[in-house]
Amino acid sequence: MASGHTHKLYRHGHSPVHALPAHCKLVAVFCFVLVVVSTPREAAWAFGLYAALLAAVAAVARIPAGFLLRRLLIEIPFVAFALLMPFVVPGEQVSVLGISMSVPGLWGAWNILAKGTLGVAASVILASTTELRSLLLGLQRLKLPPMLVQIASFMIRYGDVITDEMRRMSIARRSRGFEARGVRHWGVLAKSAGALFIRSYERGERVHLAMVSRGYEGTMPVIDQVTASRAQWSYAVALPLTALAVCLLGWTL
Amino acid sequence: MHVPDGFINAPVSVAAGVTAAGAVAVSLRGARRELGGSAVALVGAERTAPLAGLVAAFIFAVQMLNFPVAAGTSGHLLGGALAAILVGPYTGVLCIAVVLLMQGILFADGGLTALGVNITVMGVVTVVVAYALFRGLVKVLPRTRRSITVASFVAALASVPAAAGAFTLIYAIGGTTNVPVGKVLTAMVGVHVLIGIGEAVITMLTVGAVVAVRPDLVYGARGLTTPLKLRVGGELVDAEPAATAPVAARSPKKLWATGLVTALALAGVASFYASASPDGLEKVAADQGIDRHVAEHAAAGSPLADYGVKDVSDARISGGLAGVIGVGATVVAGSGVFYAVRRRRTDEPASAPVRETV
Amino acid sequence: MTASLEMTASLEVRGLAYAYPDGHQALFGVDLTVGRGERVALLGPNGAGKTTLVLHLNGILAGGVGSVSVAGLPVAKANLAEIRRRVGIVFQDPDDQLFMPTVREDVAFGPASSGLRGAELEARVVSALTQVGMAEYADRPPHHLSFGQRRRVAVATVLAMEPEILVLDEPSSNLDPASRRELADILRSLDVTVLMVTHDLPYALELCPRAVVLSEGVIAADGLTRELLADDDLMRAHRLELPFGFNPRAVA
Repeated sequence: MASGHTHKLYRHGHSPVHALPAHCKLVAVFCFVLVVVSTPREAAWAFGLYAALLAAVAAVARIPAGFLLRRLLIEIPFVAFALLMPFVVPGEQVSVLGISMSVPGLWGAWNILAKGTLGVAASVILASTTELRSLLLGLQRLKLPPMLVQIASFMIRYGDVITDEMRRMSIARRSRGFEARGVRHWGVLAKSAGALFIRSYERGERVHLAMVSRGYEGTMPVIDQVTASRAQWSYAVALPLTALAVCLLGWTL
Repeated sequence: MHVPDGFINAPVSVAAGVTAAGAVAVSLRGARRELGGSAVALVGAERTAPLAGLVAAFIFAVQMLNFPVAAGTSGHLLGGALAAILVGPYTGVLCIAVVLLMQGILFADGGLTALGVNITVMGVVTVVVAYALFRGLVKVLPRTRRSITVASFVAALASVPAAAGAFTLIYAIGGTTNVPVGKVLTAMVGVHVLIGIGEAVITMLTVGAVVAVRPDLVYGARGLTTPLKLRVGGELVDAEPAATAPVAARSPKKLWATGLVTALALAGVASFYASASPDGLEKVAADQGIDRHVAEHAAAGSPLADYGVKDVSDARISGGLAGVIGVGATVVAGSGVFYAVRRRRTDEPASAPVRETV
Repeated sequence: MTASLEMTASLEVRGLAYAYPDGHQALFGVDLTVGRGERVALLGPNGAGKTTLVLHLNGILAGGVGSVSVAGLPVAKANLAEIRRRVGIVFQDPDDQLFMPTVREDVAFGPASSGLRGAELEARVVSALTQVGMAEYADRPPHHLSFGQRRRVAVATVLAMEPEILVLDEPSSNLDPASRRELADILRSLDVTVLMVTHDLPYALELCPRAVVLSEGVIAADGLTRELLADDDLMRAHRLELPFGFNPRAVA
């Protein structure tokens, strides 16, 4: 949420990663994260290899490291949680710099940090190399219920419109000398939220009228049919397959 | 509190994913009815997509609206209870699920493998708890606007710690680190009661603001409107009752249905766990030792520890059928499952090293 | 005036009355005939029932008394799909109308809903966008366009359905003078029946030879636009006001 606008997420480019069909990338990222999550946490070297794999993909996609790292900040709340673990988990204690921590807690913290970070990094690469529109079409290709994809499309289409309305209401409030400073002002803010809901709902009704006026009967016409070639699939699947090999190694070693 | 990847182990994440998918599938059917009520005569066509989409965009936007608390800190709305009260439970679940899906894919906020957990906890549990409480209170309290706001407050207040409780339950079954569940529960519920107060005040004020202007748009308050008349050529004709009557007639059934779905879903998670062998994936480090597990097992010597998984899930189903989906029930039954499961888990690793030493 | 046109009329409204479910009656017997190829302005004060009338033209509202038919086809449940293809409504807020993620998909939505696919669909989209001069914006998301551009794309979404009659709700609202003129040029260049709901009286005079005044739910006047605008008593009676300094007699 903290990342602000939706269209700032995508980095325009013409790399091989950008060119892959969205549904291939979605499958690849999901399988990759699943493999990462299933890797035993003791195989620290495996996580290093995963990170190297992601770095390679990011390099091919020409995503600057700074961009990627900044986007990783999203997981900070859970980093805090992970940092607490060594202190609250019972078990064998170890002393680091004079502070007593539990060994299983440290393992737990490492586990969450490593897997969470890899998951976030994979998603960030996906979002920065795939346009919103293709992501939605990709989800549709992957047999997500069409109604859900439609709802998501409308949410994306009108997310900015409604956020803008919210911003205009805030400007209108401030122009009349109102500055929300504490709990006392929640009533005013909630009235804005209520008004925003009414506007959103009424816009939904108007959009529905506009759709019905152009022949909508419950299903979206399929206009773009994205298909993936065997070669594209094999490129996309390379990431999770390599990861799977690493994971299996992690289990056997 | 979007759960990232690696927090919950793979089998439980998948089970939660199945639960969430089931809940979304049920909601897709239910939302069609909730949003179908239209004053427009010939339209008849599907209104779910544009309306739910716009409400999802609203939830997305309102989560960005900062409510200053004091001295530079501020809170924001989670929106589950608000969505349930404003547009109905099914649409509420759908909207929250779509918001979470988009946050996961676009913002990497919440792990992709944890999507099921996030939707189950933040979408399904908050919405079901909030809506069940809300409808219950609206039925009991006098039919006034004040009751609507009071009910919104209570519903939103309970929904947040309920979600925290549900998260703790999932963590207890499939958490990747064995934090003692009592501590997690205390911390999670404790913190979230505080968050819940904020959520409750904001939800109550927002619902109040909408009820004051467009009471017809508040799904939970539809019983308050009076039937309409139509005037054609000077004659008064009864307007077709636009979804006011059916709601009242349907709501007990809906309560039962949601209860059943929740119970089945939770039972599904439990039985999935029972049939899977998570220990293989979990592979607790050998040095973590038998002692700790034995110690925990001893600590788990409550009457609940004697429950088998099967018995507990039956108890859940019957509990769900009774329509009691309150926070307490969820937490109590949840910890029952936890204890039973924990016992199984402790038994198996305990026996495995023994074989090795032999 | 309309007797000879009745066989080929694009739009025929007979005795239409309607009350909303909340009891508010908006239409009290509207009679209106628009011949093929005519451009007609629908004028009237706020609350006169203009929008209600428009929503009857493609069957979004119905259930009162009276009848509406489009090119001879009655607006009824059985013909709704065909009626909605024939009647293209351009709504006031282009953000409501442009609901798809890209301009191209939005313009394709209507024809695709009626079953068009492939090259034929693409040709229809390109031709509609070319008519409004927006062809090079096909792959842009609508919310990245200016307001005037969005209004033009909204017109294209409707043109792509090759409608019998184009219904515009306040087409000039919120447009800067240049966009307003560009839209006027586009509308004049189209070979289609136009019904234009507007408060912008100079715009009505510029584009529509004929005007009807809807007031209190009935057609209060029907005639040449320049004559109606020059009739001070009529204008005053129906809360219609010309902008300061505008003289319809001088323009016409």
